[in-house]
Amino acid sequence: MSVKNIQSSRNKKRYFKEKVFKMYGVIALFISFAFLVTFFGNMIFKGYSGLRQAKIYTTISITPEVLEDPAYAFLEDDYYYISRDEIRRLPLKIQDSKDMMNKTFNEWVIADSEVDQYLKGRPNRLKNSDKKYLDKLKEEGKLKLFFNWNFFTNGDSNLPEIAGIKAAVFGTIYVMIITILVSVPLGIATAIYLEEYAKDNWLTRMIEVNINNLAAIPSIIYGLLGLAVFINFLHVPRSSALAGGLTLGIMNLPVIVISSRAAIKSIPPSIKEAAYGVGASKLQVIWHHILPLAVPGILTGFIIGLARSIGETAPLLVVGMVAYIPDAPTSFVQSTTVLPAQIYTWSTASLRAFTEKTALAILVLLAVMLLLNTLAIWLRNKYEKQW
Amino acid sequence: MKVKMSASNVNFYYGEFKALKDINLKFYENNVTALIGPSGCGKSTFLRCLNRMNDLIDGTKVEGEILLDDENIYDSDVDVVELRKRVGMVFQKPNPFPKSIYENIAYGPKIHGIASKGAEMDELVEDSLKKAFLWDEVKDRLHAPATALSGGQQQRLCIARAIAMKPDIILMDEPASALDPIATQKIEDLIFELKKNYTIIIVTHSMQQAARVSDYTAFFYMGNLIEYGETQQIFTQPKLKQTEDYITGRFG
Repeated sequence: MSVKNIQSSRNKKRYFKEKVFKMYGVIALFISFAFLVTFFGNMIFKGYSGLRQAKIYTTISITPEVLEDPAYAFLEDDYYYISRDEIRRLPLKIQDSKDMMNKTFNEWVIADSEVDQYLKGRPNRLKNSDKKYLDKLKEEGKLKLFFNWNFFTNGDSNLPEIAGIKAAVFGTIYVMIITILVSVPLGIATAIYLEEYAKDNWLTRMIEVNINNLAAIPSIIYGLLGLAVFINFLHVPRSSALAGGLTLGIMNLPVIVISSRAAIKSIPPSIKEAAYGVGASKLQVIWHHILPLAVPGILTGFIIGLARSIGETAPLLVVGMVAYIPDAPTSFVQSTTVLPAQIYTWSTASLRAFTEKTALAILVLLAVMLLLNTLAIWLRNKYEKQW
Repeated sequence: MKVKMSASNVNFYYGEFKALKDINLKFYENNVTALIGPSGCGKSTFLRCLNRMNDLIDGTKVEGEILLDDENIYDSDVDVVELRKRVGMVFQKPNPFPKSIYENIAYGPKIHGIASKGAEMDELVEDSLKKAFLWDEVKDRLHAPATALSGGQQQRLCIARAIAMKPDIILMDEPASALDPIATQKIEDLIFELKKNYTIIIVTHSMQQAARVSDYTAFFYMGNLIEYGETQQIFTQPKLKQTEDYITGRFG
């Protein structure tokens, strides 16, 4: 019989089945890819405009009355379109530099969020007469979009035109420091003990099952645990980076333990035997041979856990990190907010201008995670290729 | 001839399973003793009792006495690290550390303080590699990864690593079973050289190898030591029918 006989009904059926099976995969890939594109596309479309902010070129005249009521300093026509923040801060500016008194100067000042939204062609609450005036300003070159540095250098605000993520970013960094300090040493030490020291008996098996279980517990439960143990029992200040970091650290612990154990387990026993064979003590075997070889695996688990913690919201809401915090933290015990909590706050805000801030903050969060995951892959490849 | 190591009434258990039954055996100084027998007969287990590598396995138990220069290595005040320094080991699969060739040799001496860093260590590394017939092949790339060497070279590196500790005894667990005939030949030549300075105990599945390299041979079967004697005698006039059947290939 020829091996070229591919037209038998049996073979045809087989080819058809293989084709269908392959198609399933292609369809699945296409659907998940479509979801991703839609999601990112939506975020970018909504968020990119947040990178720019409208400013108005206006005349400011400083007189002694301005210290009483800053509204006097601005042109009556422009006053309504200027951000409340510029107006509020004017008296402070004057106090800081006395030689501003009795002078008139032209300056680019931040526009109100409604003006900003109008200029970007987004929904707004401006009247037609307002729009006419703004169009005129725009034609004269007195109303323009500038790069929105404030988004990165300011904290939260109830005025969307000056709201930024600085406080949240610093809060996230503070929380992560605590999370790392709690979860990494404890996690690695636990993994080493379970893999290298613990005898294989019912107790260790029970601990193992429980650790695997803990990794799968919904994160909000950890939030409640943090609330009960750290805040109510140990009296850690509510909303603080310490409370959030401890909670996320405990949440992260099982992830680190599991990935570290897997990394330690994957080291060939022959290497351990070789080390014991030349008379290395247990500690030397662990420090000189097991840990160096397990580092890439441990690092990968650590970074993936970190990325997960950075995006975690629910447990932090429970420990009170959702409050309105405009300032970056300067200590671990003061009230702090974090990026995902900031996103949550903005997403529930009623002012439309917050929509683009929300989307932009989400993009920042996604960029950080992408960076961390890339780092994890890079580290793993770098250290695994070496030998 | 001086007895370097001896086992008396050694029983060994993996949990409930008795893997070694009443083993009595003497190893003579500067001789090669081969342990032969079919798979699962306990010869590797017995070898690993001699430097207490079995301690690493949970649920094992040893009874009886193993003397190294008249000291029982299973006494409670024995330091396992010191024991393994004096009883080196070479494993079935070459297992160099994933470090450089130099570091592989220097690691043992470093942790035991046998040689200090620098010229003294360089000399020890060179000397060990020379004794393992590996120096000429690697002298130009001492800091290259050891894992880049061929299987045979890796195994000689492992032997050099054992030698660097200046042990009295070298245990070899089927050291050539993963190697090609040429690499095997080199290992066997090496064993012949090494016995001038060391007492060697080797587990092997190859009758020819046992006959070629060893002075004494012990035949194990089902956890029992069946017959022990000079290799010449075991291979030409075995006292027991069972031994004869095994070495002539009729069973096992």
